[in-house]
Amino acid sequence: MKLEIKNLHVAVDGKKVVKGVNLAVSEGEVHAIMGPNGAGKSSLSYAIMGHPKYKITKGKIIFDGHDITEFSPDKRAKLGLFLGFQHPLEISGVSVNNFLRTAYRSLKSDSMSILELREFVSKKMSQLKMDKSFAGRGLNEGFSGGEKKLAEILQLVVLQPKIAILDEPDSGTDVDTLKLIAQNIKSVNKKNNTGILLVTHHNRILKYLKPDFVHVLVDGKIAKTGGPELADKLESKGYGWVEA
Amino acid sequence: MGGSMNDYAKKFGFKFAERPVHQSEPGISKKIVNEISEIKGEQKWISDSRLKALEHFTKRPMPTWGPDLSEIDFDNTIFYNKPTDKAVQNWDELPTDIRKTFDKLGIPEAERKFLAGVGAQYNSEMVYHKIKEDLAKQGVIFVDPDTAFKKYPDIFKKWFGTVVPHTDNKFAALNSAFFSGGSFIYIPPNVEVKMPLQAYFRMNAENMAQFERTLIIADKGSKVHFMEGCTAPIYSKDSLHAGVVEIIALPGSHVRYTTMQNWSNNVYNLVTKRAYAFEDAIVEWIDANIGSKISMKYPCVVMKGKGARADILSVALAGNGQNLDTGGKAIHLAPNTTSRIVSKSVSHDGGKTNFRGLVKVKKGATDVKSHTKCDALILDNKSFSGTIPQLDVNEDSVSVGHEATVGRIGEDQLFYLTSRGLNEDEATAMIVNGFFETFVKELPTEYAVEFNRLIQLQVGRI
Ligand SMILES: Nc1ncnc2c1ncn2[C@@H]1O[C@H](COP(=O)(O)OP(=O)(O)OP(=O)(O)O)[C@@H](O)[C@H]1O
Ligand SMILES: [Mg+2]
Repeated sequence: MKLEIKNLHVAVDGKKVVKGVNLAVSEGEVHAIMGPNGAGKSSLSYAIMGHPKYKITKGKIIFDGHDITEFSPDKRAKLGLFLGFQHPLEISGVSVNNFLRTAYRSLKSDSMSILELREFVSKKMSQLKMDKSFAGRGLNEGFSGGEKKLAEILQLVVLQPKIAILDEPDSGTDVDTLKLIAQNIKSVNKKNNTGILLVTHHNRILKYLKPDFVHVLVDGKIAKTGGPELADKLESKGYGWVEA
Repeated sequence: MGGSMNDYAKKFGFKFAERPVHQSEPGISKKIVNEISEIKGEQKWISDSRLKALEHFTKRPMPTWGPDLSEIDFDNTIFYNKPTDKAVQNWDELPTDIRKTFDKLGIPEAERKFLAGVGAQYNSEMVYHKIKEDLAKQGVIFVDPDTAFKKYPDIFKKWFGTVVPHTDNKFAALNSAFFSGGSFIYIPPNVEVKMPLQAYFRMNAENMAQFERTLIIADKGSKVHFMEGCTAPIYSKDSLHAGVVEIIALPGSHVRYTTMQNWSNNVYNLVTKRAYAFEDAIVEWIDANIGSKISMKYPCVVMKGKGARADILSVALAGNGQNLDTGGKAIHLAPNTTSRIVSKSVSHDGGKTNFRGLVKVKKGATDVKSHTKCDALILDNKSFSGTIPQLDVNEDSVSVGHEATVGRIGEDQLFYLTSRGLNEDEATAMIVNGFFETFVKELPTEYAVEFNRLIQLQVGRI
């Protein structure tokens, strides 16, 4: 099981934002993508998940042997792809519980009853130290920045995808929340063998997750790939030395 | 109802052959009004009031300030269709077709499960009317108007036509001339009816007009929740529904009136609903409009007594070929009265919704609080939504607020949900259901589930 990105070019509103990216993420692996603001990290993530606005102008996305370049987002999700959003959307009036149930049902074919599913979700919530009351609240409605990030990770651990792209799950979280988020990502990665493609600006989350690879995206291209030591170097030196 | 026409047809749009015991000639005439009075064996004051109303209807011009009503074909519409001899208290006594109709609509089942009483109207008459025995013993009355005239003439005559006189508007006049069916409800002082009472309206015949009349009197300190639902088969020719509902909420009483309007898309739905709220009374209109070709409906509460409260929640979902002009009116005549009008509308597939609100504060009605909020959601570029709020405040010490929002479902929102495995229709239906959540949570669970499914059918096209 593998996600392969082959020479991917993406344009949004006519602007070229991803300019020939090659990447392969296998189940169980952890990849980190770092890079300056505006480098195209979110655009790349959206394009992999199939956002209609992020047009693939060249290249291919192969998932588990299928060419999914033209697939709708729900079809990609059904194959086992997941995107944790940098800026999760508010869906007013749709409770977290109801949403997770609907999503779970459209992705999984197992026969968990409503009650079992509720129990399962509630267990995952306590794993993230989320108050029970969140289950009944509108999805991301009035959530604080950190709470939205927790809700994304809740979806990750409930839906247990094969490959998860996580776009800055650590931004705006306090030290304790960051730790919880990292632990939960690690646990799906280990227990469920989910492959992780993690976009981040901070070395701290990588200390927990110990990525197999660190990629640096500059101006829509992968400028460098290395191990965790690359993240250390970026932390002290910034991006100036990396050639685009 | 756009792509969901077939679903509506299957679920609600079935029809049976017409076997009325009496049916009038098509068109409007004095002769037919007299015919109705005669069949019903009415007292003179009623038949006279019908004729007066007919005269007013004839003189009164068609309203032109709202949706286009010029295509209503009065001449070819049947104004009275009597399906059975009398209203029964046992479903089994109904003719098979009629019994089957209400079975398919789930009415007897709902009655068994969670209703305190049910009235079922088929074309122009109530064919079934029953209330739970313990309530009857407490003095609660729930009958059709014909029975009320005969058995409770004093109280009926005292209030009938006082809240909505026939001069109110052209269609109130038409109703007052041809009214038939509906309910008369009386709740004695301090009696609380814990489960809802329900009336269900069904138009089976083609090209007909239905004019039920509902009068609710909640005596001091009493409490009642009345619900109504309606459906009809889909016909190529238009039908007309022009009901009138009058509510008298006496001091300290609490009346909630919930409507789930789901007519087929060939029905003109022109309804007048108004309540008088006396001292410290609470009146709530919970009004959902999903069906009909054109609806004009603005439930109103006239707060006549100190401390009275009005809560109006109006929702509309308009699809292809539908124009739903809905809203609410709060008339503050007494001090310390409060009102809230909330409107939520969704238009899609070329549908049109319009909110019309009126908040009026009379001089001397001090310390009034009123808030109006209307949210519209437009699902595509073919669809429309409008807002026409009106304020008429003649007192200084009041707090009157108004907010309005118009939104579209964003591409990003849809992408978010589809990235979690929902297809685009499911995602749209989910967002619309969420938008209506404030309304849905006011419904009994059974109806909440049903409402969500209706939305799914209409918006989700699944
Ligand atoms: N919908 C859009 N319309 C116009 N420009 C866009 C859109 N989405 C992205 N861009 C532009 O594309 C470029 C890449 O943006 P992207 O969000 O992918 O960057 P990023 O690497 O995720 O940055 P950050 O680290 O700040 O999150 C930016 O210049 C951005 O302004
Ligand atoms: Mg980004």
